[in-house]
Amino acid sequence: MTTPAAATWHGALLAAFKAQELRLLPYVPDNVLKPLIAAAEADPFFTAFPVAREEEAVGIVAGGVMAGMRGAALMQTSGFATLPNALASLACAFQIPVVTVVSERGTLGEFNPGQAIVCRTMRPILDSMGIEHHTLTRLDEAGFIAERALKQAFATRWPACLILSPLLTARPQ
Amino acid sequence: MTETRPNTQVMNRAALTRRIVGRCTRGEAIIGGIGNSNWDLWGAGHREENFYMLGSMGLAAPIALGVALAQPQRRVLALEGDGSLLMQLGCLSTIAARAPRNLILVLWDNGSYQITGGQGTPAARAGTDFIAIARASGIAKAHWAADEAEFDALLAEALGADGPHVIGARIDQAPGRDQTPREPVRFAMSFTAAMARPVG
Repeated sequence: MTTPAAATWHGALLAAFKAQELRLLPYVPDNVLKPLIAAAEADPFFTAFPVAREEEAVGIVAGGVMAGMRGAALMQTSGFATLPNALASLACAFQIPVVTVVSERGTLGEFNPGQAIVCRTMRPILDSMGIEHHTLTRLDEAGFIAERALKQAFATRWPACLILSPLLTARPQ
Repeated sequence: MTETRPNTQVMNRAALTRRIVGRCTRGEAIIGGIGNSNWDLWGAGHREENFYMLGSMGLAAPIALGVALAQPQRRVLALEGDGSLLMQLGCLSTIAARAPRNLILVLWDNGSYQITGGQGTPAARAGTDFIAIARASGIAKAHWAADEAEFDALLAEALGADGPHVIGARIDQAPGRDQTPREPVRFAMSFTAAMARPVG
């Protein structure tokens, strides 16, 4: 592990982003991602900003990475469900390492039936396109998994997805 | 500058695309939207700084924004159709909020989904003015080109002065002349390599 252990899950993720030179972070707002977004916006290393829709974030990240600025699109589960066409037609077809970071709603205490249903579509969508995904559940391994997954995405020129489980973001660590 | 769409001439996308490519002599990146937008870009003569989209309809401007943010010293153009932009109107607010000085969005407006059967867009039926939307989204430098001469003038301004810029052109129903080869990996690799070279 090259990234030092972090005290928070968002600190671990941002450290992994820095280690792999991800600077461009378009996001669609999400309550769980709030501390990650706030920390990224406060750090001049990152260019983090809101977009209107998740597809837009995928396009921005794709353009950035082809122009030499790596990035990740940040969103929640229901937003990810809007992405299969953009991931298939842009990220996968062109073999562009677009990274998505998804805070997982719809499981482990969800109150919204819609979120619970859409959550079940996420991993089948990723699997159907051969997009490697990792679910981060523990603070002590989050940085290691994130950094290795990012490293592989850029080395193999293939999109990747980091799923942030409530086990990581909501459970006391 | 022309303020309203009804006063503009109907022009030809392939002819205007050739004018754009002819003006791009300093390594400008050009993102061709899906279908005819990128077929005419291919037809105007391949450059490695061109990126030819496939099916991610509506993402020409967001892809161009990503390139523009990564490389502020390089001019970046998105060539996008009206139906495509209609799918992703929110990107105009994102562009306005980031205000990249080097971004140029060229909008081809024929009022139809030409490549999927020529059905009219709801925007055409409603008389939606995309340039008015761009301005209301916060992009001040958004103009319809009244004719080819004004298109040239707007393009020269966009290539020389700080943006972001949006240039709207009413176009005819002529189909794209040359189909871009379906070789996405080749084009992604060549575009990436071209973006790694210094701005000419």
